[in-house]
Parts: sequence; structure tokens; C-alpha cells
Amino acid sequence: MKLWREEFSIEAAHERYVARRQFGKFLVLTSLGMFVGNLWILLRSQFRKEEAFSRALVARTGDIPRGGVKLFTYPGPQDPCILFHTQAGRFVAYSQKCTHLSCAVIPAQDGQRIECPCHHGFFSIEDGRVLQGPPPRPLPRIVLDRQGEELWAIGIDLGTDPSSSPEKSS
Amino acid sequence: MSDPRPGSRGLTALDGAISLIAILLIVQMWLLTATLEAYLAGHHSVAAPAAALSGGLFAAGFALYRFIEGIDRMARSQTP
Repeated sequence: MKLWREEFSIEAAHERYVARRQFGKFLVLTSLGMFVGNLWILLRSQFRKEEAFSRALVARTGDIPRGGVKLFTYPGPQDPCILFHTQAGRFVAYSQKCTHLSCAVIPAQDGQRIECPCHHGFFSIEDGRVLQGPPPRPLPRIVLDRQGEELWAIGIDLGTDPSSSPEKSS
Repeated sequence: MSDPRPGSRGLTALDGAISLIAILLIVQMWLLTATLEAYLAGHHSVAAPAAALSGGLFAAGFALYRFIEGIDRMARSQTP
């Protein structure tokens, strides 16, 4: 049977069959698209390159009092980050983009948490994990290297390794 | 009571197969979004099993589509 005879119903009784078959074909092609999407993610995972981050001076420790913050960009000028000097005396830095919808996060009024004012998501100031609200992932943490009085950004941790420490000293 | 209309049993089978394909597709959509979310979060280990499962769901859907084609062909050949 020729192709056009299969795709177009000549007799009225066949029309219901053809409509269902074509709908089934549409569903299966959509399913193929989903499969291709999963394959694309797999390929991206297999062939991903480890990003090489440059070192960038963030701040001098004496410039930020306890409870203070400083805004900076890392690794590029379009990547806003925020540095915290916690009440415990530690320096921690995170990407300022909320993992929900990329609003800029700010210190919460209690000084103990990081807040996304758009949808009231809250993150821990200690390790960037989600405490409350819609954000699905922790804030990407900027790996800091402390050299004397200087704080250097040396990389980004997406929060998948819980054993990594927030701040290195050397 | 049997349906006197010609080919109605074939149509019921087609509807059942299409419903199953739709359910598989919904699962596949959820799987893709969950895998993408995990990938963006840096969890790369889930990509391989998710792709395998998605391929299995596609294969099942394709097998059902071949079933639909077979019924379609058979029903049309029976109709004068």
C-alpha cells in the first residue's frame, strides 16, 4: 500500500483509525524527544570540562567587621557574589543568585541567614544550604583562600561535596 | 452486550494503547525534568540511569505504536 493511502483515510470508517494512529505517532515522537533530551544531559555529564577558575582578590579581612558583608563579582563581571563575615568570625562567600529564580540574595534581618526577598527563600549563612522556601538547591559557594589579611576567591563549589570546608587558610 | 458497529473492538484496543503511551510519556517528562534539575545541581551520576530508563520508556512506547499500526492495518484490510 502506498504511503499516502496509509496517512489519509479514503473511507469514512477508516478515519477514526487514522486519527488515532497519527495521534499515537505524535506521542511516540514526543517520547523520542524526551529520550534525546536525556541523552543530551548524559553527554553533557560525560564530557564536561572541569572549569579552571582564576584567583581573584575579594577583600582584606580588616575591611569587613563581624556581621558585615561585601559584594563582589566572581569569576566574571556578570557573576555577583556576596562575602559574609559571620558573628563566629568566619568568612564565607556565595553566589548572589538564588537557585530558585536567580533573584539577588541578601543577609536576613536576624543576621544568621541569607534571604531571597522575591519568594522568601532562606539559606544557611554557614554552608549555604536551603533552610526554607522554594529554592531547590544550596547556594553555590565561592571557595576562599585566606593568605594573611587577604581573601582570595579560587573556585566555586556547587554544594555537592559536604566534606569541603568553606574557607582555606594558608 | 456486544457492540454491533464494525471495528469497535479494534478502536478500543487503540484507545487503550494510546492511553498507555500517554502515561509512559508523562513519566518520561517527569524523568527529564528531574534529571535536568539534578544535573544543574551538580549531581552527574544520575544522568546514565535516567537516560537508560528514558530509552526503555521510549522503546515501550514504540512497541505500543507498532501494535497500533498492526491493528490499524488489520482493521482496514477487513473493511471492504
